[in-house]
Amino acid sequence: MNWNDVAVLLPEIIVTIGASLLLLGPFLRRKPRPAGMSLGLGAGQPAEVSTGDESAKWWMLALLVITAISLIGVSWAAEGLALSAGFSQMFALDAFSIFFKLLFIVVIAMVALLSDDFLRESRYSAWEYYSLLGFALCGMMFMASGVNLITIWVGLELMSLSSYILAGYYKNEEKSTEAAMKYFILGAVSSAILLYGISLIYGVCGSLNLMDIEKSLSTLISNDALMFGIMLLAAGLCFKVAAAPFHVWTPDVYVGAPTPITAFLSTASKAAAFAIFARIFYSALHDFHLDWSNVLATVSALSMIVGNLAAITQTNIKRLLAYSSIGHAGYVLLGIISLSDWGIRGILIYTTVYVFATLGIWATILMMRRHEYAGEEIDDFEGLSKRAPFWAFAMVIFLLSLGGIPPTAGFIGKYYLFSAAIEAGYGWLAIIAVVMSAVSIFYYFKIVVAMYLREGKEADMVITRPLQVVGAVALAVTLIFGVLPAPLITQVEQSSHWMATRAAVPHVGR
Amino acid sequence: MIPTTWFLILGAILFSIGVCGVLTRRNGITIFMSIELMVNAVNLTFLAYARQFNQLHGLIFVFFIMAIAAAEAAVGLAIFISLFHHRETIDVDEANLMHW
Repeated sequence: MNWNDVAVLLPEIIVTIGASLLLLGPFLRRKPRPAGMSLGLGAGQPAEVSTGDESAKWWMLALLVITAISLIGVSWAAEGLALSAGFSQMFALDAFSIFFKLLFIVVIAMVALLSDDFLRESRYSAWEYYSLLGFALCGMMFMASGVNLITIWVGLELMSLSSYILAGYYKNEEKSTEAAMKYFILGAVSSAILLYGISLIYGVCGSLNLMDIEKSLSTLISNDALMFGIMLLAAGLCFKVAAAPFHVWTPDVYVGAPTPITAFLSTASKAAAFAIFARIFYSALHDFHLDWSNVLATVSALSMIVGNLAAITQTNIKRLLAYSSIGHAGYVLLGIISLSDWGIRGILIYTTVYVFATLGIWATILMMRRHEYAGEEIDDFEGLSKRAPFWAFAMVIFLLSLGGIPPTAGFIGKYYLFSAAIEAGYGWLAIIAVVMSAVSIFYYFKIVVAMYLREGKEADMVITRPLQVVGAVALAVTLIFGVLPAPLITQVEQSSHWMATRAAVPHVGR
Repeated sequence: MIPTTWFLILGAILFSIGVCGVLTRRNGITIFMSIELMVNAVNLTFLAYARQFNQLHGLIFVFFIMAIAAAEAAVGLAIFISLFHHRETIDVDEANLMHW
């Protein structure tokens, strides 16, 4: 064992240990009972439990801060940041993975803050909840760093298994259990399909390492087994990002899962899936671009059309956002199809921008949560501009960003993705994307109309500090990167540089 | 020695049976067993290739797959039990609280 390898892995080690300790949290923190206190005097018990749950959040945030610091430290230590691969090319700490890991840590921190009220109101254990979030984060970090299909797949499964449980965290609520069941069955099937694809690729290339796969593909002319493998792999990944023919689980799971978990599934989980999607298709399979790009182009077009058209008729806002997230998966796929430096930058920028706007929307929705599932019909937003003018305004900004309207950050992401598609010769796809963005603005404005033009019901809002923090951070990111995108673009150019050069390597075999 | 192709064909057949099972069966546990069949078909494919290449990578992947399939089973069965508590059946067609 090489100590450099361990150092590269330090942030993941910290998350794993931290998440395991969080699982033990209630036992580690049990205070010795005063001698005179018997079971009969347990009246103070509920208060004690709630203070324990309160500290779970702080421990979780502390863990995330330590992880972020160690990640930054490790990335400084790794020279050049070109590609330092550890554990015999299983795990890479490159600029691309660091970008995504930092994004994941921030998103998980925001999801943890969003979960605060929900955990306090319900009787479910906060420690287990945060521990599962920590394990999901660990899986996502491995996904971002994996340069071997084993690492990537194990990371993906760690994230998926944690999110199946989290989707069913409202054990007593039938809807949540049903959502977990649907997510689990479809997720397990998709993971089996993904594995079959990996096994065929392994059979053709004789290796599971992305660099070796790239090398052996560069001399290969064409191969049916390989094509089949790539298609199965793409199908499995499309399920994880919820692209169109594989999207059926999305609305039901988003509606049934606890709202903070829906926020997690629609942001972090999706971003992680796109990280491995981009990593595999840019660095390993780029030589067969001609073969897979048309299939993915169809998937992308279908996602944009199905997602955005189905969202029009929705009245439940979680379901509406689920369909809109299917459409957004279609936009990000444009970046993978175009296989260029603009494409990969578009993926990174759009994921970042989409994640923050979406988290902001979830924070606003959670402010209206009166009991477990309330606050999620569009009608609940009626008159929000009177009840909470600032958050109604923030909501408008987030929706504009998702729609890609200029003063917000969403415009920058869409600009990159659409121009990458046009540059790569997918003009028709870019036209569909623009038309469908217009459609999306139509249904986003249904919410705006409800907030500003309709009379409100006398529903009370619960605006707590954690929700305010998440909403404010999301609003700041959306507006700052919308007006001053330069820092984000420079960062993204650095982070995607290596991947972009891979895409440009000329093919030898054909 | 049995040629690798035979293993691959057997793997493909098992995988197809698994897919058919997932698509046609309505009982949650049976669906889950079909998924396990798909995963095991993948294992067989990996082993066949690993034998052909005389490599360890494929074998190691199979170990990871088995371990994670076990974890998946634990999570899945827990979800089915929780579903059974709610409605005394794990027929997936009955799970229709949410639809548009």
